[in-house]
Amino acid sequence: MHKRFNLSAVVAVFVIIFLYLPITAVVGLSFNESSNSLIWKGFSLDWYKTIWLNEPIMSSFQRTIFVAIVTTVLSLVIGTTISIGLNKMKAGGFLRTFSTAPAIVPDLVLAIGLLTTFSIISMSLSLTTVIISHTVFCTAFVVAVVLARIGLIDPSIEEASTDLGASAVKTLFKITIPQLMPSLIAGAVLAFTLSMDEFVIAFFTNGPETPTLPMVIYSMIRFGVTPEINVLGTLLLAISFVGVILAQRIGKVADSI
Amino acid sequence: MATVRKFKFSATVVAAAALLLSACGGSSDSASSASVDTNVDITTQKLVISNWAGYYPEDLAAKVKEAIGVDITITNHANNEEIMGKLTASDDSGIDIAFVSGQYAQALASGGKIVNFDKAAIPNLANLYPEVADLAYDKGNSYSAPYAWGTTGICYRSDLVDFTPDSWNDLLNPKDSIKGKTTMLATERWLALPAMKLLGYSMNTTNADEIAKAKEQLVKTKPTLLAYDDTAYYTKLVSGEAVLSESWDGWCNYGTAENPDIKFVIPKEGSDLWADTMVILSSSKNKEAAHAFINYILQADVHAWVANNILYKVPNKAATETLDPALSTSYPNMGLTPAELLKGEVVLDLGTDSKLYTDLATEVTSS
Amino acid sequence: MVKSGGSKTSRHLGWAWASPGLIFLTLFAAIPVLSMLFMSVLTAGRFGGVTTPINFDNFSRATDPIFVQVMINSLLIASATAILSLLIGFPTALFISRLSRKWQVILIVAIILPYWTNFLVRTYAWLVLLNNEGIINKFLRNIGLIDKPIEMLYTPAAVIVGMTYLYLPLMILPIYAALEKVDKNLTEAAFDLGSSAWKSLRTISIPLAMPGILIGFIFVFVPSLGNFVVPELLGGGKTVMIGNLVRDQFLKARDWPFGATFALVLTLILIVLISIQSYVSKRVAVNA
Repeated sequence: MHKRFNLSAVVAVFVIIFLYLPITAVVGLSFNESSNSLIWKGFSLDWYKTIWLNEPIMSSFQRTIFVAIVTTVLSLVIGTTISIGLNKMKAGGFLRTFSTAPAIVPDLVLAIGLLTTFSIISMSLSLTTVIISHTVFCTAFVVAVVLARIGLIDPSIEEASTDLGASAVKTLFKITIPQLMPSLIAGAVLAFTLSMDEFVIAFFTNGPETPTLPMVIYSMIRFGVTPEINVLGTLLLAISFVGVILAQRIGKVADSI
Repeated sequence: MATVRKFKFSATVVAAAALLLSACGGSSDSASSASVDTNVDITTQKLVISNWAGYYPEDLAAKVKEAIGVDITITNHANNEEIMGKLTASDDSGIDIAFVSGQYAQALASGGKIVNFDKAAIPNLANLYPEVADLAYDKGNSYSAPYAWGTTGICYRSDLVDFTPDSWNDLLNPKDSIKGKTTMLATERWLALPAMKLLGYSMNTTNADEIAKAKEQLVKTKPTLLAYDDTAYYTKLVSGEAVLSESWDGWCNYGTAENPDIKFVIPKEGSDLWADTMVILSSSKNKEAAHAFINYILQADVHAWVANNILYKVPNKAATETLDPALSTSYPNMGLTPAELLKGEVVLDLGTDSKLYTDLATEVTSS
Repeated sequence: MVKSGGSKTSRHLGWAWASPGLIFLTLFAAIPVLSMLFMSVLTAGRFGGVTTPINFDNFSRATDPIFVQVMINSLLIASATAILSLLIGFPTALFISRLSRKWQVILIVAIILPYWTNFLVRTYAWLVLLNNEGIINKFLRNIGLIDKPIEMLYTPAAVIVGMTYLYLPLMILPIYAALEKVDKNLTEAAFDLGSSAWKSLRTISIPLAMPGILIGFIFVFVPSLGNFVVPELLGGGKTVMIGNLVRDQFLKARDWPFGATFALVLTLILIVLISIQSYVSKRVAVNA
């Protein structure tokens, strides 16, 4: 029984190391006294002190979280309803392709296309247009992930539920959603992550006064990555880690109630 | 039902495309004139300004508010192409003032995207060097106010290079001792520049033969390069990864500030003259405040303060004369006189011929 | 077009569920993208933007050897990236799917966590790690394994590794989601009946995970084609992908119609791939 795990375990461990190697560099360099990432000048906590004063980074970070949260919620709702619908009608290739394509259209194309569309309908650029734009491709990702699973679910349970008199809403929440949960979680995580990190579409569809974090970082590229940015990366990591632990704790408490 | 849906679909697309065309084709063919309403209280206006990160003093917004009472928000772009993309894609980008290089101002003007200044509202234009009012991309500074100017040359580690570079040939056909440790600028006009100058051509040429010869040289150079790099090459010089780079003059200063062995030289075959300028968008609803902002920047003490901060030369005669001479000792490019700069060839917008250079760059970088 | 199956009520229900979302996607995805692609038959405006007349010049220009070479090169690099991601992503997803629920969550989180650090920051970290004066080279020289730095950066290999790093979760997650649904009893039974691990993998796990594998492949392959940041930063501008072409034409040459032509090429590739994926998924669902 143990033998067959070996190869995949080895690869998995290697993957984890691979993923965290640059992270270690980022965290390590956040303590670098020199502002040049390629030269180590000594250990220093200075940058951790100055980052809070960096207004563009702080405010853009808040905005980016806001956009990511709203985008995740919207794309989960829209993506799941599309998936449920497509599954019920046993949709053919066209509709499936249509619903997942936005995930893969080159971001530059989507970006400029959306910009001109907003211009035509005279919608002024702001975080709202960014949210709409992010929701577009995040929805497609949600559909892709949920559709992959929904087709494998046994429809007879749902049918039994409706036959036994449960309303559509009840069936949805008590049967369908729990069965889809892993995909929903995967979709939500994907959507949030992609939105947080997304630069090209945000750049073109955002209003000039409300840059998102990736936009701020990209425009500072000129000077290479300053230690403050490495600090930011480290902090983001720490926050996400804490967030995950918290979510787990809350989940445990909720379970026991 | 499928066919009906498909038809409605394509009809919508055609309609949208038609709208798109009408939206894009509507601009006039040259910059319109602004006339500043002197009765407007500019403190009620706000400005959104797009500039390169780090290309302005950190407390600029605060100083502007103090001086002329206008709230400004500064947004950043990483290079000319991005801001151009944004400005040309929609009728109102929400930006009032953009900092763009001269040839892009020329392009924006020919597309009607920016206004001609109401010169009465910018008396400080008089502070500029007279030569600057004569630059080919905008003679008379009708629609662009120069903010910084300079040239392109070779930035190198004098301690790691065993000779003193003085020619574009040192970059394009490098000695064995520095092979694999050189970089060139990635932006296509500047990528072509060293080859053009070495071969004795104009850097604005659209002659197919000349471009082909330049391409030949550049393709020969590619295998000797470490990388094409517009932004992080001074970091590479500081770390020693690279020892010789094609560089804009002010950029080289950031390297010199960290390692005094980093020096700058303008190759003997000559180079370019570029200028980064301030332009006012036609779509701006705050043109009065915009004029006031530009006028403020061109003030002698303000512009000098800018120069001290960003370590680029400013084309402001009154300001440059107040600069600390010690600055020119540490950063030799700061001491370049307009006469010397003007030996460089002004970079012009090539309109529809720009694609010749984009294709050149594509061929060279993918070879 | 293949007409959908299912009973009439379930079809109507299906449309009721899907319509709002589909309308949203039509308005904000289909129309923008299609009008963008439509640009490929228009003419470039003088300073950017588009005008008439409608023509097909761009398509013949796109067959120029310069561009064909870039496209072939891009396909090769994107394939390498996707294959590498698959080779290391599938075993990882497999491993995770066999763990207890608690550990599954922990590892999935561990894989996603780095992605909450901005991608530019992470890509720059590779610069620090891989460059000739960087950490890895210095380490190898210090322990005497090499005396001249290994040139890892500014090569196509660096681009492949960089993009694999970026897109790996997009390969792992869909495969995991698909594998997770595979009845473990099946694989256990197969093993008990004496089939080797590899055989049970081949006949059970892989086919059932196929929809996820194909999705993962597409999610890595197509963005790799369209990526322009990694080739610039890690490739030193010496590797040109279709993404760079699109970006260059739109932003540098301001020739939107020509840029749209390459966008069209990219889109066609993706349509082909998705159709294949969709077809295979349906067959798997039928066989399961």
